[in-house]
Amino acid sequence: MRLIVNGVELDVVSAPLTPLLHVLRDELDITSPKAGCQQGGCGTCTVLVDGEPRRSCLTAVAAVDGASITTVEGLGDRGELSPVQAAFHNHYAAQCGFCTPGMVVAATALIERAGGPVERGDVLEALGGHYCRCTGYVKIVDAVIAASRGEVEKIDDLPVSEAGEPEVTPKGSPA
Amino acid sequence: MTADVLVPTSADEAVSLYGDGGGITVFAGGTILLPEIAVGREKPERALMLHRAGLDTVRVDGDTVVIGAMVPIAALADADGGVLASVARHVGDGEVRRTATVGGNIAAPAAADAQRGDLGAPLIALGARVRSTGAGGERIEPIEEFLAGDRAGRLVLDVQYDRFERRSSTTGLRRRHAKSFSIATVVACARPDGSDLRIGVSGVAPTAVRLRAVEQSRDAGDVLRDVDPIDDAVASAAYRRAVLPKLVREALDQLELP
Repeated sequence: MRLIVNGVELDVVSAPLTPLLHVLRDELDITSPKAGCQQGGCGTCTVLVDGEPRRSCLTAVAAVDGASITTVEGLGDRGELSPVQAAFHNHYAAQCGFCTPGMVVAATALIERAGGPVERGDVLEALGGHYCRCTGYVKIVDAVIAASRGEVEKIDDLPVSEAGEPEVTPKGSPA
Repeated sequence: MTADVLVPTSADEAVSLYGDGGGITVFAGGTILLPEIAVGREKPERALMLHRAGLDTVRVDGDTVVIGAMVPIAALADADGGVLASVARHVGDGEVRRTATVGGNIAAPAAADAQRGDLGAPLIALGARVRSTGAGGERIEPIEEFLAGDRAGRLVLDVQYDRFERRSSTTGLRRRHAKSFSIATVVACARPDGSDLRIGVSGVAPTAVRLRAVEQSRDAGDVLRDVDPIDDAVASAAYRRAVLPKLVREALDQLELP
């Protein structure tokens, strides 16, 4: 089987009925999709399959053989956050952050599909299956609306490697 | 142990591989089955994956709508209007609906903690028929009969219903979050002159049920002659018994039958 993960074509050797979540995390070391409830309830494992948000825990890898998969590692450019990521940062839309990977990719797909500003109702519908147990949803929804309007402040205080420290590039990031 | 996975590339090949269904597990969308496999509660030896079998289209054949078993529930939810859309959009959330299939929704076994198969109610109300294969070969039967039978040995190929002018109504109760299971879903359809009244209810018993007594008497109070609601994690049987007549009454009233 083959997957195109964040633009990189990869061979996959996991068993056909392995959840895509475990292929990403355990075989490919791509850890932004989180193993939460693992029964489709919480939404933190959501990734984009050919651009559409799907639960990776409910998706057998064989069913998406050949598909293009996008995870948080594939968003934004090197050293720069995507508009949705930056908006989450601007709005302090994460507390513990466990739900954030699924929220960010689902919101990215929503804005991509809308092609412009989205309404609050659209966000509630798109994120309706994503559970946040600690902040509530107000800042998250505000962040997605702001990102869709392009109202995002550039973030200039991202952590950078100090001289002498190894530069860390998460697995799954585009080369 | 790794399952032997079969991936047919046509409906005919799927039918042939399924045979009489012995020793084979059907893998449709996988939203119910995959978590069970992942934790080892289900250990299929041979799995029939249907995503390439060409069963994922909705076509209109004369006056008959034919919905392939592998049509994602999202496709029904996004379709305009109709009782199928009104119920489909409450199944899971959008991401689950993109993976979950129509065939899986009606063929999956009952769960202990909540009632599955919400699409049964609108399909009963539409007078839908299920085309399936298995021991004894292919057969087409009314969905309420398919649901009442032994579904474990059947491979669903498609669901069909006839298009004609209908009045329709959907009532129901669910908890207020995106992926809530139904407490009760009632769907009623009839021709404008009041004939062909069909009422389906799902979410209250292990499968959806047709309310034949109510269809005859048009008395919502008869609903408990048709169905015996059960207790589960979502609602108690007593609660369901209390609200069902009201939901059926509401569905009948909304039809405004002559």
